[in-house]
Amino acid sequence: MNVVPQPSFLMVDWWALGAVIALTVGCLALLVLEFLPAGERSSRGGVISLLTLGVSAYAVLRVAQDRRSLFDGMFVHDGMTVFFTVLFCAIGILSVLMSWDYVKRTRINQAEYYALLLSSVLGMVIMAASNDLITIFLGLELMSLSLYVMVGFRRTRLESNEAALKYFLLGAFASGFLLYGIALLYGATGTTDLGRMGAFLADSPVLSNPLLLVGGLLVLAGFAFKVAAVPFHMWTPDAYEGAPTSVTGFMSAGAKAAGFAALLRFGLKAMGPLEDQWAPLLSVIAALTMTVGNVTALLQQNLKRMLAYSSIAHAGYILVAIVAGGTTGAGAAVFYLAVYSFMNLGAFAILTMMGQGRDERVLVSDLHGLGFRRPLLGVAMTVFMISLGGIPPTAGFMGKIQVFGAAIEAGLIPLVIIGVLNSVISVFYYLRVTVAMYMREPEGEPTAISQGLPALLCVVITLVLTVWLGIQAQPLWVEAQRSVLSLL
Amino acid sequence: MVPILFLGFAGLLIATALMVVLHKNPVTSALFLVLAFVSLAGIYLLLHAEFLGMVQILVYAGAIMVLFLFVIMYLNLQHDVERGLAIAVRRGIGWALGALLLLAGGTLLSRGWALGPVQPPVADPAGGNAAAIGQTLYSKYLFPFEITSILLLVAMVGAIVIAKGHSAAPPDSKEGA
Amino acid sequence: MIPLSWLIALSAILFVIGVVGVLVRRNAIVIFMSIELMLNAANLAFVAFARHMNSLDGQIFVFFVMTVAAAEVAIGLAIIVNVFRLRETILVDEINLLKG
Repeated sequence: MNVVPQPSFLMVDWWALGAVIALTVGCLALLVLEFLPAGERSSRGGVISLLTLGVSAYAVLRVAQDRRSLFDGMFVHDGMTVFFTVLFCAIGILSVLMSWDYVKRTRINQAEYYALLLSSVLGMVIMAASNDLITIFLGLELMSLSLYVMVGFRRTRLESNEAALKYFLLGAFASGFLLYGIALLYGATGTTDLGRMGAFLADSPVLSNPLLLVGGLLVLAGFAFKVAAVPFHMWTPDAYEGAPTSVTGFMSAGAKAAGFAALLRFGLKAMGPLEDQWAPLLSVIAALTMTVGNVTALLQQNLKRMLAYSSIAHAGYILVAIVAGGTTGAGAAVFYLAVYSFMNLGAFAILTMMGQGRDERVLVSDLHGLGFRRPLLGVAMTVFMISLGGIPPTAGFMGKIQVFGAAIEAGLIPLVIIGVLNSVISVFYYLRVTVAMYMREPEGEPTAISQGLPALLCVVITLVLTVWLGIQAQPLWVEAQRSVLSLL
Repeated sequence: MVPILFLGFAGLLIATALMVVLHKNPVTSALFLVLAFVSLAGIYLLLHAEFLGMVQILVYAGAIMVLFLFVIMYLNLQHDVERGLAIAVRRGIGWALGALLLLAGGTLLSRGWALGPVQPPVADPAGGNAAAIGQTLYSKYLFPFEITSILLLVAMVGAIVIAKGHSAAPPDSKEGA
Repeated sequence: MIPLSWLIALSAILFVIGVVGVLVRRNAIVIFMSIELMLNAANLAFVAFARHMNSLDGQIFVFFVMTVAAAEVAIGLAIIVNVFRLRETILVDEINLLKG
């Protein structure tokens, strides 16, 4: 029997794995501490989650400059991993802040809610950090299973249940496609390691190999589902509308970023040699995704549903950046993901405050008169909306500049024209929200606003980030470009 | 001998899988699925994946399908009523799409395909298939193995959170149904 | 040795049967069982490739997929049971409160 070599772990490896370890420990701690009684108003779960996420981000940042490949390449610690781990921790922290009072007033089980939030972040980190299709698949399932449960967390609410069922069935269906694609790629290349797969394809560009073609298409379909790209977007509006609002915010930012992180790694590292083949297909998907998302968003009265279609549209913009390729294109995609996460989480944080008790008030008409009654929320919502619409001087504008700049550089003029036209369309429905807040009077009783310092803090943080990144985009842009260097 | 056994298992697998999809009664569908999993386990044995063959029967045909049957019987589901034009149209589209997929796949694969790099054949490991899998699982695949442990924990927590008994409170929905 | 083309053809047929099942059935549990067929088709492909490439990796993947499937079943059936408790139906086309 051959002796298995003992892996020799260095201190830096422990720090690199810090996020994974901390998130696991935090998740377990939340569940174990549930044995100690705590009142319904206790904030224990939130505090532990914030600590865990903070420690995770710190551990990764501590060894940010190191480059390690652990577990035979299953877990790589590179620029991409560092950037996305910090981004996921930030998304997690903002989501915890916006959930703080929301879970209390809707009487959601706090310990399980936060434990699943942490395990979901763990799945995202694994997706972004793994260099092997099998580990990516496991990370994706860890994230998805946690999210299915979180979507259905309001067990007695019919909409929440229905959303969980639809999200689950379609998600499992998509997993089936992804897995079959991985199986075929394994057969065509003899490996699931992205680096080795890329090297094999570069040596022998066997494009005529149907195993490779079908496998690649199936994997692409699986990822397209997770990032909500047309034609795999059908689940998005229902899941977003039915889920508890704080969960919608969390998944719209986190699941999308994780899906794109895995797609970037897979597309550039494994399928990089075949870029000429998949780029045309991806540009068609990008154009369709932008158009369908924006046009359908125009018709929505429910804000969560509108933001769902808007998130589909934003997936389209990010796909444009990926098609553009190179450091600029991939960097623009990463940059846009970070920017989108912040402005979107801000908008959802405001939505979690609408309504009181177990109520949820998320129609456009529920916003009537909000701008004058709660000036801070009104201004913040306006900034998030113009940022989502891509109007200067906001972060969203800088994101669009980077994306379309990269696309022009790559000579994708038709795609840029479609993208800009779509941005113009999107301004209509984003501004409709502002109009509702400032120029309409509420019919009858104005919507009650829940008080909550943590959610307000989340709004302020995202507001500052949205404005600051609109003026000072350079630091984040440099980081985003550096993060994708290891893929090219 | 092996090809004949294979053809037998393959025929059984396709027939039972079709019955899962075609049969109106969910309980019968589930029982056919058990048979499908068992014939798949037979194919695994023929492919010298003895450990997987056993696990397939224990986990899939055993644990997973028992859960399915338990839930179907707990919900007391009867035959699905599947009549009406909309359902017929949907069924037609579904089968047509399936045939199209199979045709496309068949055409592509018949044009000739290539397998990835083939490693030199190894003698059967001393401790058998299970020992070899264990060795690899706890060395090269340690990281994904640890992830699966968290995955199972999440499944446990999630299932309990969602399915635990309701309080007497009525559903709080817009409709109040 | 069983020819690889037979195995791949068998796994493709199994996968397509699963896909069709998801598309044509209305009962959430039967849809879910069809998804299990799809996962098993992928497993069969993994084992077949592993056998013909003399590598053990494919068998390990199947082991992981089975774990994932078990976890998915636990959560999926919990969601289905809860939906049934509130709605008295699990026919997917009768569950349609959410509409745009």
